[in-house]
Amino acid sequence: MERRKFLSSGIGAGIATGAAITFGGIDNLMAGNAATPYDLIAVRGGEPDVMFDKAIESLGGMSQFVKPGQKVVIKPNIGWDRVPERAANTNPILVKRIVEHCLKAGAKEVFVFDHTCHEWTKCYKNSGIEAAVTAAGGKMVPGDSERYYKQVEFAGGSKLKDMKVHELLVSSDVFINVPILKNHSSSKLSISMKNMMGCVWDRGFWHKNDLHQCIADFLHYKKPDLNVVDAYYVLKQNGPMGVSLDDVITMKSLILSRDIVAADAAATKFFGKDPAEINHIQLASAAGLGQMDLSKLNINRINL
Amino acid sequence: MNFLLLKRLRVGLSLFSLVLLALLFIDFRKTFPKEVYQWAVSLQFVPTLLKTITVTGAASFGFIVVLILTLLFGRIYCSVLCPLGIFQDFVSWFAGKTKKKSKYKYSKAWTILRYSILALVLIPILFGSITLVTLLDPYSLFGRISTTLFKPVVVVVNNVFAAGFAKADIYNFLYRYDIVPVLPGILIINTIFLAGIVLAAFYRGRFYCNTVCPVGTFLGFLSKFAIFKIVLDKNNCTKCAKCAKVCKSECIDLKSQQIDYSRCVSCYNCLTVCKDQAMSYKPVKRSSFDKPVSLAPKQESKQKRLVADPSKRNFLITGVIGVAALYGFKSADSIPVAKKPKLIVPKPKGQSTVPEKKTSPVSPPGSRSVERFNKICTGCSLCVSACPTKVLQPAFLEYGLIGVMQPHMTYRKGLCEFDCTLCSDVCPTGAIVPITTEAKHLLQIGQVHFEKKNCIVETEKTDCGACSEHCPTKAVHMVPYGKLFIPEVDQKICVGCGACEYACPTTPFKAIFVDGNKIHLAAEKPKTIKAKSALKEGEFPF
Repeated sequence: MERRKFLSSGIGAGIATGAAITFGGIDNLMAGNAATPYDLIAVRGGEPDVMFDKAIESLGGMSQFVKPGQKVVIKPNIGWDRVPERAANTNPILVKRIVEHCLKAGAKEVFVFDHTCHEWTKCYKNSGIEAAVTAAGGKMVPGDSERYYKQVEFAGGSKLKDMKVHELLVSSDVFINVPILKNHSSSKLSISMKNMMGCVWDRGFWHKNDLHQCIADFLHYKKPDLNVVDAYYVLKQNGPMGVSLDDVITMKSLILSRDIVAADAAATKFFGKDPAEINHIQLASAAGLGQMDLSKLNINRINL
Repeated sequence: MNFLLLKRLRVGLSLFSLVLLALLFIDFRKTFPKEVYQWAVSLQFVPTLLKTITVTGAASFGFIVVLILTLLFGRIYCSVLCPLGIFQDFVSWFAGKTKKKSKYKYSKAWTILRYSILALVLIPILFGSITLVTLLDPYSLFGRISTTLFKPVVVVVNNVFAAGFAKADIYNFLYRYDIVPVLPGILIINTIFLAGIVLAAFYRGRFYCNTVCPVGTFLGFLSKFAIFKIVLDKNNCTKCAKCAKVCKSECIDLKSQQIDYSRCVSCYNCLTVCKDQAMSYKPVKRSSFDKPVSLAPKQESKQKRLVADPSKRNFLITGVIGVAALYGFKSADSIPVAKKPKLIVPKPKGQSTVPEKKTSPVSPPGSRSVERFNKICTGCSLCVSACPTKVLQPAFLEYGLIGVMQPHMTYRKGLCEFDCTLCSDVCPTGAIVPITTEAKHLLQIGQVHFEKKNCIVETEKTDCGACSEHCPTKAVHMVPYGKLFIPEVDQKICVGCGACEYACPTTPFKAIFVDGNKIHLAAEKPKTIKAKSALKEGEFPF
């Protein structure tokens, strides 16, 4: 706790970042505010916020994604009334750091929401995300009423042609996806693509109409501008909610990519599975929505 | 004594009671901690009486406080504690503002009707039915009216404003809320009650309290023996009728210059209007009440006795029934369940083909058994209002006629959250006994049943798993089924929370559902294995 507090404080983060740059090699030294050639950043061994600092720097900083005056929506996984250690929801320290980066990059407003499975006010509170976001200057938005969802139609999907998505997806300029990597009883794994299910009102439709295909089809409507996979705590079994702390391992990892399919493929590897095993990753890749073949990607691996 | 101050105190306290309880029943934002709920209902007569009888060792003696207050000062409960009574005062006050010539005049008591209703309410309890108490307990009636009729209005107004704010990207102040539609049967019953009570209050003040309300009748009888009473000084009285005009109970008879204490609700309105120093509020000796020195003609007092006699006789009879009824409550815990299985069959229309075979509704966790719950719950809806997931909804005929208005678990509307014990924390009657989160984790209120023929995995040949996803114990887990995964259930570790049924996307029949345990059982603790990662520290798998 003490250590986390230290790291999350400005000085702590500064020192850690500085140290990481020193030991991180030539790639990091070159990382300024210009775009970098990386398709995917994988970080290991740090606290969630420090790993994100390193990763976003390696992609050229948040200014690559957020321009001054823009409206940003961040979609973590806040689906369950569980504390962060249970690894059912995205780590609040990570979400907080992302909000801070967005505001620093000049975002006019940063909104955070999820269409939760458990009662939403409890999820927002007990996940620690509400407090973290509010402290960083972001705003929590409810996703609990159908009235917050707007009907959208789109082409390209084979099962999904229209749906009701959260109004923030329609009205925001920048869309940042911050899932947690976890085991999932429905979709085998829940990572970036599965996290999009919390953007829609009628999840039952997806379950009824070929879940994996619908997960892939969503990307025809919208792909997040940035995907940040939280793999600090990982729910290894009994997902997506977990039965006890026995289900959780501490992996201290983070994946960052513009390509949602690539992010999921890399995260699947971290989990110990092959991306080809996960139907929706396969389907999305086959539809040309992203690259699941990691050998074709320029990856920056950072060890802290 | 400063009567104006006394009346203002009464008005202040009653408004506080009304506003507090109305807020609890209408609130949809979980504003109040459970302690506020417990405190707010701690002096409600029927709930605390039930709780003291039914929950072993429960120290909820609110009803004793009410009895003492009544014996000291008259029907204080009716004037400052009963939300339905105060609500009627509010309607009367509004009527006084709108009507040109409002004002009350003395009317005769409906004594036989009053005691008959009280007896009618108590007799069925002997046979294990609390239905009439549920229907007529004023606190519960107010709770239901607030939850099913007032709350939706507040929510609609809230949603209009919240939508406006959302357009301006303001989300932190108000949020929109989806209300669960009230069943038509319940809506009709509650609307009839509300309409009747409002009409009665508009034209006749506390007519409902002094004619229909069983609590009013009981406390009315008791208040005849109260120490402090409104006293009409016949020597000073000029029969100007100012007092009778403001008497909501219409119980000041100026002809005989008598006050019907069984109907007086201690509102003190009369005290403040008398200009002749004829009205006072003071301790009265029993004897002077029994044999009033009357200036009125003889027939009048004869008539009065004719009225008073059946009241006492009736009361004795009802009293005996009442005591017997209390035993009925006490035995509720031990009576075995022998109810006919009830089939809940939704109308078919679409994909799934096999109706859910439910043999029992699900009563809330902490109610111990459906039968026990049916015998104690007065259907006040406080738990319905407090329930964060909307899974608790008032039943119409799900429990049968015996449980109309009593809440049941509606897994089509929501799931019962594993860690939540709010309904048991707030229940004022003890129908839902307080339980800890740890106890709830091992409490089985119903059992999961899987109907493969309805399941998406079987019918559509695609993966689904929504049920297992929501299961807190993994009593519902996924097992290989060809290239897909299909649910498998382990009833031993199922707690009956209904998350699987809620999440199951099939229509009209669910492929997975919870059938209620008529008597709640113990669930086994799920076995866990410590998870491991094959990945070494600092290693990258690609």
